[in-house]
Amino acid sequence: MAMTVMWTGMVVLSVLCSLATGHGSQTAAAALEGATAAVELCLSMAGVMCLWMGVMEVMRRAGLSRKLSRLMAPALGALYPSFAGDRQVMDVISANVSANLLGLGNAATPLGLEAARLMSRRSPGVASDALCMLVVCNTASIQLIPTTVAAVRLARGCETPFDILPAVWLASAVSLCAGICAARLFSRMWRR
Amino acid sequence: MDLLYTMLVPMMIASVSLYGMLRGVNVYDALIQGGREGLGVLIRIVPALIGLMTAVYMLRASGALELAAGLLEPVLRPLGIPPETAALLLVRPISGSGALGVGAGLIETYGPDSLVGRTAAVMLGSTETTFYTIAVYFGAAGVVRTRYTVPAALCADLAAFVAAAWAVRVVFY
Repeated sequence: MAMTVMWTGMVVLSVLCSLATGHGSQTAAAALEGATAAVELCLSMAGVMCLWMGVMEVMRRAGLSRKLSRLMAPALGALYPSFAGDRQVMDVISANVSANLLGLGNAATPLGLEAARLMSRRSPGVASDALCMLVVCNTASIQLIPTTVAAVRLARGCETPFDILPAVWLASAVSLCAGICAARLFSRMWRR
Repeated sequence: MDLLYTMLVPMMIASVSLYGMLRGVNVYDALIQGGREGLGVLIRIVPALIGLMTAVYMLRASGALELAAGLLEPVLRPLGIPPETAALLLVRPISGSGALGVGAGLIETYGPDSLVGRTAAVMLGSTETTFYTIAVYFGAAGVVRTRYTVPAALCADLAAFVAAAWAVRVVFY
């Protein structure tokens, strides 16, 4: 529903605005141009997207994500103290995080959902602090190589589409820290 | 540094393939399988991309984008966020393909190496579709009382937007 309001609002607003500013003919042309541009964009980023998804699949089959998750186990134990002793839950969470890092969205989501389901068994119907933390961490992006965005930049004639990586890592780290701090802070203030 | 960025992709492809082959993985088969999944993803996002990019193009041509940017400027400017990205901030937490459409529109309009284009790209790369994620996770866990999850997740989003604008200025300008 939110997208319905958003889309209708954008289109109605541009019609009203073009009538007010006298940009009617430009807007009419733009409506058709935009649709064409979207398909062209998809075609021009298809090659890079498919190549990367292929490389990611090789990483997954070679067991790189399993290695990564073993590396992260101690840090994750500190983040979810109430489940630190629960091997089953912690294994699923670390697999979820490493899949997220590698950008394996299709593998990360089912793992995250499994972790959420296991966690919710202790407090049915109510989000425990650990479950809130899990969801907040999954709403923050920790993907190391944002493939789709790089593909869009490449498709638009950028020569070094990956030069945004340091900025993306900085922003992701800040965002994740803010999410974790907010969750910790709110958990003290919020009554069950 | 430039050489690192140019060689990043070929070196990653080569080292991952070599590692996979040494581990006994059918590398070529995995490559094809992953590519097939990539095509599936693209086909799923095309309709949304068409819808949203049409809207962004119309907004841009009608002058509404500049108008909205002007209205939101007093709020966004102190945070260091380029006002042109206002539409992206609104769509990002709600729809992933929608945000990609809006972001691609911005990158196209202002150029991939402009301040606005880079900021939009970093914002896209450092955030997730917050409301969608929350709905899916709590749906799977059967949770009704989500407590403070939404405000905490939105804090992370706001931090990402501000940090993206800041990081682009630090790294590039």
